[in-house]
Amino acid sequence: MVKINGKDREAAGKTLSQILEEEGYQPLRVAVELNLEIVPKAAYGSTAVKDGDTVEIVSFVGGG
Amino acid sequence: MENDKLVIAGHEFTSRFILGSGKYSLSLIEAAVKYAGAEIITCAVRRANTKEHENILDFIPKGVTLLPNTSGARNADEAVRIARLARELGCGDFVKIEIMRDTKYLLPDNAETVRATEILAKEGFIVMPYMYPDLNTARDLVNAGAATVMPLASPIGSNKGLATKDFIQILIDEIDLPIIVDAGIGRPSQACEAMEMGAAAVMSNTALATAGDLPAMAEAFRKAVEAGRQAYLSGLGRVLVRGAAPSDTLTGFLRD
Repeated sequence: MVKINGKDREAAGKTLSQILEEEGYQPLRVAVELNLEIVPKAAYGSTAVKDGDTVEIVSFVGGG
Repeated sequence: MENDKLVIAGHEFTSRFILGSGKYSLSLIEAAVKYAGAEIITCAVRRANTKEHENILDFIPKGVTLLPNTSGARNADEAVRIARLARELGCGDFVKIEIMRDTKYLLPDNAETVRATEILAKEGFIVMPYMYPDLNTARDLVNAGAATVMPLASPIGSNKGLATKDFIQILIDEIDLPIIVDAGIGRPSQACEAMEMGAAAVMSNTALATAGDLPAMAEAFRKAVEAGRQAYLSGLGRVLVRGAAPSDTLTGFLRD
């Protein structure tokens, strides 16, 4: 299992690009952390996740 | 007034009113920016939502500087993490550090804020720390590489105005960085007063988000901030400790 934004997903073996597309995120509007390390956008296609990984996908929202 | 610029880490701004984007519809942002005359708008970083396809970046007019905050951070390490993610989102190096350990009053943790400022300034961020107005902390923030200091006027979202007025004045008088009054400013008159005191800028979010007519209130704030700035630059008239002084000469024919 891979924890994506707090939820367990069957995503082991997939690349970050695949995950973003399948889950419906806008790749140009998000930043991605894999096990607390930021992954550059250019590496989404070549970075695969494995069992036990934690992925955080964030974007900007309104705030003060 | 024409050449009067707000300068933050070498970046020049004409507007001295920083706008928040929280707690109101994305569709109102464009009007809020326009009526506020704002050149800087704050935003937050959160887990992305796949069900919402509207993104705040699509609503912010071109040329407006984005100031991401680190709200949600409970310590320096979390603030640093959020700041790095914000930079990765690709909208520049500005960051407003916001670290709250206290969940009831949402007061900033000054010590952790200094620590986060030091780390992020070294990484090339333009660091604008939100803080409780304390001169010693402000000096520490200067030494840590802050670009501005952002003292709170009263608790976040309270609209209570300049509860910490005397302590903000000390920062304005003693700190060489721009002092930007943040949090708690609820009315245009309070924004104006902060500017009359010599604040470099005022930031407001809730005062607009909870107003009856947001764009109209944004315009009221713009005018108030401009009036306060002009008053400050003009040099306020003196206050008498006691007694009175006539505005016209008392000698006159009635007493002859």
